[in-house]
Amino acid sequence: MYFRETGQFKSKYKEELAAFPIFEDKIGIAIAALLAFVLIPIFGLPGLSWDFTMSAVMIPVVIFTITTLGLNILLGFAGQISLGTAAFMGVGAYSCYKIMTIFPDLNALICVVLSGVVTAFVGTIFGLPSLRIKGFYLMVATLAAQFFLEWAFIRIPWLYNYNISGAIEVPYKEMFGIVLTGAKSEPLTRYFVCLGFLVVLTWLASNVIRGRIGRSWMMIRDMDIAAELIGVRPLTAKLSAFAFSSFYIGISGALMVFFWLGAAEVESFDINHSFTYLFMVIIGGLGSITGCYFGAILVWVVPVILKEYGKSVFGIDAFVMENFTTILLGVVMVVILIVEPHGLARIWQIAKQKLRLWPFPY
Amino acid sequence: MKKTIISAFVAISTLITTVGMSFGDLLVPVMTYRVGPFAANGTQNANGFVDYLTMLNERDGGIGGVKIKVEECETGYKAEKGVECYESYRGKNPLVHTPNSTGITLQILAKAPEDKTPILTMGYGLSAAAKGETFPWAFNYPTSYFSQMTSILKYIDSQTGLKDQKIGFIFLESGYGREPIPVLEQLAPKFGFEYFLLPVAGKDAQNQSSHWLTVRKEKPDWMIMWGWGVMNPTAVKAAIKSRYPLDRFVGNWWSAGDVDLGPIGEAGKGYKGATFNATGTDFPAVQDVIKHVVSKGLTKTGSEGPGTVLYNRAMWNAALIAEAIKTAQDITGKKEITGEDMRIGLENFVLDEARLKELGFAGMVAPIVGSCKDHEGAGAAFIQQWDGSKWVKITDAIDPMKDIAQEMLTKAAAQYASNNAGWTTQTCN
Repeated sequence: MYFRETGQFKSKYKEELAAFPIFEDKIGIAIAALLAFVLIPIFGLPGLSWDFTMSAVMIPVVIFTITTLGLNILLGFAGQISLGTAAFMGVGAYSCYKIMTIFPDLNALICVVLSGVVTAFVGTIFGLPSLRIKGFYLMVATLAAQFFLEWAFIRIPWLYNYNISGAIEVPYKEMFGIVLTGAKSEPLTRYFVCLGFLVVLTWLASNVIRGRIGRSWMMIRDMDIAAELIGVRPLTAKLSAFAFSSFYIGISGALMVFFWLGAAEVESFDINHSFTYLFMVIIGGLGSITGCYFGAILVWVVPVILKEYGKSVFGIDAFVMENFTTILLGVVMVVILIVEPHGLARIWQIAKQKLRLWPFPY
Repeated sequence: MKKTIISAFVAISTLITTVGMSFGDLLVPVMTYRVGPFAANGTQNANGFVDYLTMLNERDGGIGGVKIKVEECETGYKAEKGVECYESYRGKNPLVHTPNSTGITLQILAKAPEDKTPILTMGYGLSAAAKGETFPWAFNYPTSYFSQMTSILKYIDSQTGLKDQKIGFIFLESGYGREPIPVLEQLAPKFGFEYFLLPVAGKDAQNQSSHWLTVRKEKPDWMIMWGWGVMNPTAVKAAIKSRYPLDRFVGNWWSAGDVDLGPIGEAGKGYKGATFNATGTDFPAVQDVIKHVVSKGLTKTGSEGPGTVLYNRAMWNAALIAEAIKTAQDITGKKEITGEDMRIGLENFVLDEARLKELGFAGMVAPIVGSCKDHEGAGAAFIQQWDGSKWVKITDAIDPMKDIAQEMLTKAAAQYASNNAGWTTQTCN
């Protein structure tokens, strides 16, 4: 009833291939954009302070959505499993730090993009084993990348400019008189920078996936021998998937340190974080861009908000809420995966199907 | 129907916002960790801190007639949770931040001058914060890691002499564990000792067999540990297993708590640790906490908490904050102070013997006086030894090698300032 495409005729091929062919989808996207760009930045979320909403909820969730996009490209679209996500984020963060300190006058946004390029390069190198092995074996190879990179972040002091604390600190950067990074930057500025990256990267990903390269990834994922037989070169397809995915992950790592945390040690890039990002992808739905958003929101936002409400509304102890949200998240994950193994994106699709027929299902 | 839902939603959201904001108290935020691999230590830290301030509320009705509101935030000792916690306090007029983690300190250090809220990291955090002129908003009373390392080295010197000694340094591989390495680097050639590093990654805290194999091979004369959480008992157990003489094994003040050695008991006899606060419940302040808080059931700790190393230290941390609040109230003449006033309080409090006696801390800690230039204080540490069931003080206060420590702190502070262009400093007279 609310969601009906009857009467929406497509008269051109272009309309048929539009990103959001259905009118109701366009409304939905407009509402989401209104929320993300206007309403939340102005009013915040109900019951949470504005600063908390921005710095602890919105900025990280936007960054993690980019991470999830990157991992989903590799795992969901190209079918190459990786456990090194957090380490690749670290590559992004440390290279961004190095670029910023070596070229102090370079614009911060350019530094972020360049760090994505560096990560793409590193990711491609660690993607090389994927040409010979797949599945569990590849997982082990990427696990090695995780451990090696973690080791490198600690033992190569050049990476953190020989700081005594071993942590990377965020230098002060500005653009057009607006402070972008460092402690003086406004949460709103940092949020819009991250959101800008997310919008551009989502647009890029959805187009690449619909194009020739994306199709070759999916062919490799579905059956690599068949793909090879019909002319897809595994070398270019697999390595481009690693490069593209690492580019996203590197950017999100740089954003995470420079636009959210403010300083980082190697523990922000450990294997547990890799698992969290993997959960985001799997909960959200493999091979779905919408799913990346759902996954990041469920895994990051829900526990943070629950904890804050539990504390301020019900007066529950912070550590009880911490344990409670951990348990709850675990239960929710298991339930979702039992109910719908393809994740939230698939549930959303089913809901849409039902809405089309409602209230007269057949 | 629709109307009911909307009005219910509005009612709930107004309820949430009104509950969330309650001003008028002195808000003392504290980041704690009662979950995770560091929970055993973190819980004691949290209890001591919260209980002391609760005691002030119960006994004196707060500070200067204003109630203290302690707000805990659970970090699990994870750095990114620190940002979340920090933001959850913003706008509520927090007086002083107690991050209870060096990693979190590094993250919020740069934000303190912008938000006009000081950070007090008692015996942890960035050592260089001792330089008040470079770090107006950060304090690490009563002493820094740099100073502590020189105190421990002085102790070793008094025992066997430092010349030609081989020292193994085992540490948690994080900002915290790495802090004192420059001291070793600098002092090794000066005093003619050798050292080697044994970094223990957080995830390997419970698996140190390879590290202790190295110890067996290298045969160090002394071992020094900068450990935390589950790493401490594991290291002591591994030392026992590899027959390392425990009286040559010195932990820093975070590696020598009752929670660390309690489970080991008799076998851990002889292990030494640095500290800056005495243990036991004989002090009037501890007695007051037991009387007004623990026996009334207003605490999360059992009766075993008060008197232990970490509990007493956290009480001392809270007492220092309370004293700074009182000083700030006296100086500004306001009852409800802000973070900016608190900073003045932290630079001007006087905790001499007489005042310590009044507060019930005499004999438990060394006197300390706040200062603009020196955010570190007196800086003495003493050595205690585990006798199989409790910690026993075995030395008097050992002053750090002030000239060396101060020179290094100045250098480290200058480096931090030069790495962060536009860093806010102050001039003291």
